[in-house]
Amino acid sequence: MGVLLFVEDPGDELAQQALSFARGIDPDVSAITISGDYAPAAWGQTLADQVAARAPQAVVAAGTERGNEVLAHAAAILDLPLSANTTAFAAGSPPTVTRMRWGGSLLEQALLHGATLLLTVAPHAVAADGAQVDAELVTASHHALAVAPTKRVGATSGGISLEDAKVVVSGGRGVGSAEGFAMIEELAALLGGAVGCSRAVTSAGWRPHTDQVGQTGTKVAPDIYIACGISGATQHMAGCKGAKKLLAINEDGEASIFAHADYGVIGNLHEVVPAIAAEIRKARGA
Amino acid sequence: MHICVCVKRVPLTGGKITLTDDERSLSTKHLGFTVSPHEECGVEEAVQIVEREGGSVTVLTLGPAAAEEQLRDMMAIGADRAIHLVSGDEEWDPQATAAAIVAAIGADEQPYDLILFGNESADSGNYQVPIRVAHALGMPSVTGIKAISFEGGRAVCEQEVAGGRDVYELPLPAVVSVKEGINLPRYPSVPGRLRAKRKPLEPSNPQRPAAQLEMVRLVLPPDSGKQVQVLGAGADAAPAVVAILGELGVL
Repeated sequence: MGVLLFVEDPGDELAQQALSFARGIDPDVSAITISGDYAPAAWGQTLADQVAARAPQAVVAAGTERGNEVLAHAAAILDLPLSANTTAFAAGSPPTVTRMRWGGSLLEQALLHGATLLLTVAPHAVAADGAQVDAELVTASHHALAVAPTKRVGATSGGISLEDAKVVVSGGRGVGSAEGFAMIEELAALLGGAVGCSRAVTSAGWRPHTDQVGQTGTKVAPDIYIACGISGATQHMAGCKGAKKLLAINEDGEASIFAHADYGVIGNLHEVVPAIAAEIRKARGA
Repeated sequence: MHICVCVKRVPLTGGKITLTDDERSLSTKHLGFTVSPHEECGVEEAVQIVEREGGSVTVLTLGPAAAEEQLRDMMAIGADRAIHLVSGDEEWDPQATAAAIVAAIGADEQPYDLILFGNESADSGNYQVPIRVAHALGMPSVTGIKAISFEGGRAVCEQEVAGGRDVYELPLPAVVSVKEGINLPRYPSVPGRLRAKRKPLEPSNPQRPAAQLEMVRLVLPPDSGKQVQVLGAGADAAPAVVAILGELGVL
């Protein structure tokens, strides 16, 4: 019995959060990591083999892209249900899990059936309890359908990445055009930040998808997120809820973005954003 | 290249999610519906591949009768035919969904070189249906794909990772899950919509097995409890904004 914890990198904060979550199910946690280069189906087979050998009560991993992918392979091989991006676990027969829907804008409570419980832990749903992950290195099993990356291409642009930026200045439909983003870029540059946008903007072709913040775009966690002409759809909020502070600039004082904002300016962004840029220059004496 | 794309009908949620009284679904009285974003890109990608290489695009959904609207939309942007697994109003869990898709693909007279999915559905976000389908069909699979090309009968798929793109090469037939950003889906044209009305749509009524991941109720996450501090109106608010930026140490 006990819990089998799969980690990719034992030092990773999300792996430590997953350990903390696993201990909430059963204090007896054994962690494994898999040797060699990433190969999703082979790693899933490895995990399935470990389940067969150890007969754990539950298998837990962080709800990262790879965590979800490897557990889905194991679940398919073992024909067991899997709860992805789980935020809470309550014992019972069967136990009840709480998991994220709509990128976390909605939660689901579900009964998790299955002889072995498979679940991934939503990032930042639980705090790491300070315990280090002591993982046993396991050799990858063979799987007939295994595929693995053959090479890595392209490097990051070298600019400030959306994920890591301390300031994100983001524009929505209210910006009105691709050209309108000049003022968003100017404010981002003045603050040493990155430019983001909403899905409406990428759908209109005004900005590349790499700039999109949201459920189907990038998840950001800046010190301040400045949302300009963004209404506050759940799709967008799923990408910026990690921001420490949110400043919303919107003409419509009833826009739902204000329900998520710490600070608000009610006004036309085409007037407000340049005025803020000018004020910053003035404050810096330039 | 014969391609099957699996899609899901989801509501356009807007700014606020409201639940039905039984707390088992979203109140959609005032909402429109769409194809989940990653999957819409899957259909666009399939149409572009067939425009380049020839072949056919079949779009498949497991969803309520009303999901015909989404199948017609996808045929309007270029899919050739549709398979509709009519599900009733109860939600199917990932294992049941995958099994129904596997049965439908197995029963279809058209063999496929490529089966496309969205990386995860916008609503339930289970991250597993494509992988379950791939194992059941004995096909290799990849997820999170932002570019697909073909070389010597293999699919070359690029996945965004920190520091670049990982390239996977898969023998066909294969299952590939794509992410929004792989392309910019076209809008249906009026002639496209007219053509879509005449394209074949094949409905069937599979039986829903017992759920293994059994949804009991939906819960709205706790309110942020934030009270917005209005700094002002229009350009006059700029000094107050800059003062706040100074306090936050980002000037």
